[in-house]
Amino acid sequence: MGTRNYRRKTSHSEHGPGDGGRTGSWRVERPVIDQSLCIPCKRNKEACFICWLFCPDVVISRTIPPKIDLEYCKGCGICAEECPTKAITMVDEAKFSDEVKDKE
Amino acid sequence: MHIIENGNVAAALGVKLCRAAVIAAYPITPQTPVTERLSEYVEAGEMKAEYIHVESEHSALAVCIAASSTGARTFTATSSNGLLYMHEQVQWAAGARLPIVMCVVNRAISAPWNVWNDQQDSISQRDTGWIQMYCADHQQIIDSVIKAYWLAEKASIPIMVCYDGYILSHTYMPFDVPDQERVDAFLPPFQPDYALNPKEPANLNTVTLPDVRMDVKGELAHGYMEIRYLLHEDLRKTLAVAADAEKRYAEIFGRGGDPYLESYRCDDADYVAVGLGSITYQLRVSVDALRKEGINVGVMGVRFYRPFPDAAIAKALKGKKGVIVFEKALSYGYEGALASDLKSALYEHLAGTGHLPLVQNFIAGIGGREIRTDDLTHNFRAATRSRIAKEPVWIGLKL
Amino acid sequence: MQAKTTILSLPTEEFVHPGTRACTGCGLAIAYRIGLKALGKDTMLIVPPSCLTVLQGLFPVASTKLPCLNVTFASTAAAATGILATLKTQGNQHTAVAAWAGDGGTSDIGLQALSGAAERGDNFIYFCYDNEGYMNTGVQRSGTTPIGAITANTPFKGKLQQKKDVPAIMAAHNLSYVAACSAAYPLDLHDKIIKCKDMPGTKYFHIHIPCPPGWGYDPRYGIKIGRLAVETGYYDLYEIVNGEFKLTAASEKLVEKRKLVPVREYFRAQSRFKILTDELIADIQNQIDVKWAGYYKQDE
Repeated sequence: MGTRNYRRKTSHSEHGPGDGGRTGSWRVERPVIDQSLCIPCKRNKEACFICWLFCPDVVISRTIPPKIDLEYCKGCGICAEECPTKAITMVDEAKFSDEVKDKE
Repeated sequence: MHIIENGNVAAALGVKLCRAAVIAAYPITPQTPVTERLSEYVEAGEMKAEYIHVESEHSALAVCIAASSTGARTFTATSSNGLLYMHEQVQWAAGARLPIVMCVVNRAISAPWNVWNDQQDSISQRDTGWIQMYCADHQQIIDSVIKAYWLAEKASIPIMVCYDGYILSHTYMPFDVPDQERVDAFLPPFQPDYALNPKEPANLNTVTLPDVRMDVKGELAHGYMEIRYLLHEDLRKTLAVAADAEKRYAEIFGRGGDPYLESYRCDDADYVAVGLGSITYQLRVSVDALRKEGINVGVMGVRFYRPFPDAAIAKALKGKKGVIVFEKALSYGYEGALASDLKSALYEHLAGTGHLPLVQNFIAGIGGREIRTDDLTHNFRAATRSRIAKEPVWIGLKL
Repeated sequence: MQAKTTILSLPTEEFVHPGTRACTGCGLAIAYRIGLKALGKDTMLIVPPSCLTVLQGLFPVASTKLPCLNVTFASTAAAATGILATLKTQGNQHTAVAAWAGDGGTSDIGLQALSGAAERGDNFIYFCYDNEGYMNTGVQRSGTTPIGAITANTPFKGKLQQKKDVPAIMAAHNLSYVAACSAAYPLDLHDKIIKCKDMPGTKYFHIHIPCPPGWGYDPRYGIKIGRLAVETGYYDLYEIVNGEFKLTAASEKLVEKRKLVPVREYFRAQSRFKILTDELIADIQNQIDVKWAGYYKQDE
């Protein structure tokens, strides 16, 4: 018996994404970035990244342009609200093709 | 080395020899001197341990749970309401499969307040998944603590080492203190299969679903029911491991016997008294007296109450005319806990063999009511003559 | 004097995976994510039952990349003590220990153990993330729920009692460091963690956490509402270093600015305050004004 396979006998979790499943399916709106208004895009250098700072779900990348992981983005809209140049708009999910919804 | 000391000191010496690394201490009568003595060992530098003065018993076991999860050998002690206060943690430690050793110095529970000895405190915890050992004298206390660490770490199951408050904790007896080298030979350093650490991060004991679920590697992981089943299965398996512990202990220390039962004059007895802890030694006086009267009686102490050694008990009692269970606790609303479990074992193993011994249940010593040996003898004798009652009979009641 | 972290100088390593079960727009998720950046990889976490339990995930998947011990509701700080004790026996003086508990798990059921650990001087950081209610169980009132707030068990009259001032209770333990922070000011939170990491004994952080379902607002306004709490002078960002009180970040700037947004705006932005009467709002405004008059005076 011993302590072998202790991890099998206890509630022992290892880390990974998507504990809540494909949380992108929670969205009713998705953020869309207008690169012509986005500061790091316009300047083509590290700047602003307020959207990255405030994203609760780690789905905005700190890149030029910032990219949103639609697999997990819950559509909270904080990025859109906080963007200083209003470069991000929340758009009704229904306006997009069913490419995300079809994924099981 | 033979010394004369009290039961609490015997326990503390056992913990010291086992090199417990984290000790949580909270005072409650009659357990307090155990952790007081440990604080002396730690402050004098005789013991290398982190000694935590916690602010409650709930926190005492919380400290042990966290420390054990991170890879340290831990200890705490408690009694009565202290044990009750930490009940949530008692359940947690078993479900978390942590090899914590805790001394329970048996004391009556409240309401109303009572500081004297009975066994209701530890008996009330029998369903939690902990291993429970009961000691009848000081030698058994120190030996059980040492065996407990080995057994707990082998099984990844916490253990309560129980002994009677005042009757054992505060009285003085001679006993042998094993030497450190032999204890080190018996009990290697704690090597957990997993200890929480940043290099190999894990999330322990979070919400666990009713059903099985895929893990991050794409493999199916147990659900809550499997985890709980494995605790129960491993607990049952410790009966065999306890026998190993006893054998190893005898090899190294020259002391040992039956791992589950301590029998006195039972082989040819027609009637056997059964109990937990020091009452079984008191009953030996009754056994000797009744034997002189020509009644063939014996007494059997049960050393492991959980897991319940049902097969061993049924085998020992097979063919006996009667079994008289004397206990200091009960399951309120029915009968003595040991009596119930014992009847169940007899039924399970002996039903259909043609003979089931009669079982008589006596409740004694509740709240520290003095147990007079004459009363034990009188009631034992009466029980050999006829079955007194189906209900448990309370000895020494003064309604 | 440690340099202020900016968005661009904030460490980029993430310690939380996406796809957690946290609510859309969860304020805790922001504070936790940035807080872990300050704590770093060599950290052990302790979490009692709370929103964070759910955010961290259900067995067998964990969303946090750090080791974490789940514990019973009342025992968070005692568990931190236990982990520290083992680290000491292992000769490990570098691994940080951080407890993250909710306001219920801190101000109510967890207060005893927290006080015990603080009194013992156990060397860890305790984070109370204050979304002002037992949100994980469905928005019941806690000791830190503000007066007048509607919750699931103060449904019509709102909470009748004042918010419990937990930082003040912890400051009374003579701690080396006590901080009041907000999810809306994550860089302030980050820098305070860096500042106090090597200070002795228990360090206490109280973080104001906007909560969309619990407070009643559209999730996109979470940071705005967190900011309003500070800009109205209702919730202050401060630190108490060895007993010395000091406002920080946006609260510190308000002392210079000498102009607070009327607290009514904060209340009107959340449906949990819909039963607040004008009288009560005026009362609260007055309390805020008195408090700030004191700050202005100290500044002179």
